[in-house]
Amino acid sequence: MIARPLLPDRRTLIAGGAGLALAGCDRVIQYPAARDILFKGEDMHRALQRALTDRDALVPEFAPAQMSPIFRTNGTRDPGTPDYAALRAGRFADWRLAVDGLVARPLSLSLADLGRFAQRAQITRHDCVEGWSAIGKWQGPRLGDVLKAAGLRDAARYVVFRCADLYGGAPYYESIDLIDAFHPQTILAWAMNDRFLDVGHGAPCRLRVERHLGYKHAKYLMRITAVPTLAGIGKGRGGYWEDNVDYDWYAGI
Amino acid sequence: MGVMAANVVHRHALPTRLWHWINAVAIVVLIGSGLGISNAHPRLYWGRYGATFDHAWWQLPRFPAWLTIPAGYNLAISRRWHLFFALVLAFGLLAYMIASLLNRHFQRDLRLRRRDLTRAHLAADWRAHLALRFHDPEDPRAYNAFQKISYVLVVFLALPLVILTGLALSPAMAAAWPWLLDLFGGRQSARSLHFLAMIAIAAFTIVHLALVILAGAWNEVRSMLTGRWRVPE
Repeated sequence: MIARPLLPDRRTLIAGGAGLALAGCDRVIQYPAARDILFKGEDMHRALQRALTDRDALVPEFAPAQMSPIFRTNGTRDPGTPDYAALRAGRFADWRLAVDGLVARPLSLSLADLGRFAQRAQITRHDCVEGWSAIGKWQGPRLGDVLKAAGLRDAARYVVFRCADLYGGAPYYESIDLIDAFHPQTILAWAMNDRFLDVGHGAPCRLRVERHLGYKHAKYLMRITAVPTLAGIGKGRGGYWEDNVDYDWYAGI
Repeated sequence: MGVMAANVVHRHALPTRLWHWINAVAIVVLIGSGLGISNAHPRLYWGRYGATFDHAWWQLPRFPAWLTIPAGYNLAISRRWHLFFALVLAFGLLAYMIASLLNRHFQRDLRLRRRDLTRAHLAADWRAHLALRFHDPEDPRAYNAFQKISYVLVVFLALPLVILTGLALSPAMAAAWPWLLDLFGGRQSARSLHFLAMIAIAAFTIVHLALVILAGAWNEVRSMLTGRWRVPE
């Protein structure tokens, strides 16, 4: 038998050390306590941003010449359900957006109803969690105005958005808090780049919540519900991706 | 900080040693998790926007599992690691900078003097490196000129750049500090610069580790653990 050296040399130790550090991370996160600490990063970023920066600050808006030539689609490109197909076939004339939950006057809004609110148009940058960005123009009423029209109750803390699409069989949903719900650039967009929103980008109406990553911008909106807590909705973490793959609920980071 | 034994000196102050190791862990985790994040969209652009149909100036390779955190592709978990340790990196650097101004580590050890940068001095320093002599026998505690230059570039340029370009990627910070995006020429430029700053830090780390080995690994590591450094013969 050939004797093998018992101790690796220095170089192997250092190179191996880096490899071990990376592999070690995967071991560490198996422990629930370690995972909890790691996941606290989201809360720390949110608390720091909320404490140190202006909560009402507006994202930069751009000139038409600065827009992306092609604004790519992502996530669901077509919900494809029979219900959605029927709405689409009728050019969304029968589509109604329910506004309910902790509100004094539940609403059922058509596209024409959305058009009767004061409109806000904005050319903003959309940042996907994957890393790409696209700049496009969005138009619609401010979510804050719609919630005021419905008479939001004091007990409401979050706004939940339910969508027409299923993602991996589960209904897509998202949620934001009232700071973002009443932000002046948070709108229910029914137009994109001066045309009706197309199916790939969330027809007939999607959320624009400009200080967050793309997955918060729920497409194919069907129902907006004001709630006191996110517990009991989906798996309780505030959204499809948050529930199923550990994405941050606070997507301002 | 005087001579302790015949040839053992106290080389590194406690704040320097603490920050060194905290930062070392943060750098390893941030690079590993950052490469995992890169795999989600391995294309780099210049300007404000950039996506699949736009011109990418660099189509990055897919980083293998042994280089990424976690080993399997998982964007959410890579981001959890990355964003937690981003705070460790940023606040660690801030604390180190404050401590190093107060204990005069920066002023005493990192300040480049005119004579450090003369052609003759740099040439002599280069020859000394080739002969594996990394300290001045007259003043063994002092950093050599190349050490000072590289530490200054990392501490005052590469690390602040990687932190600020990272911050510029946060969509909420785009609203809070829009000047940050103007400074870097838009979010996709910031993302490209973030990657380039990472390469600079990784390159520094590799050279740093090589020189630690060449200078006598155990003596150097011990000086960063306990502060005690044996002056080479």
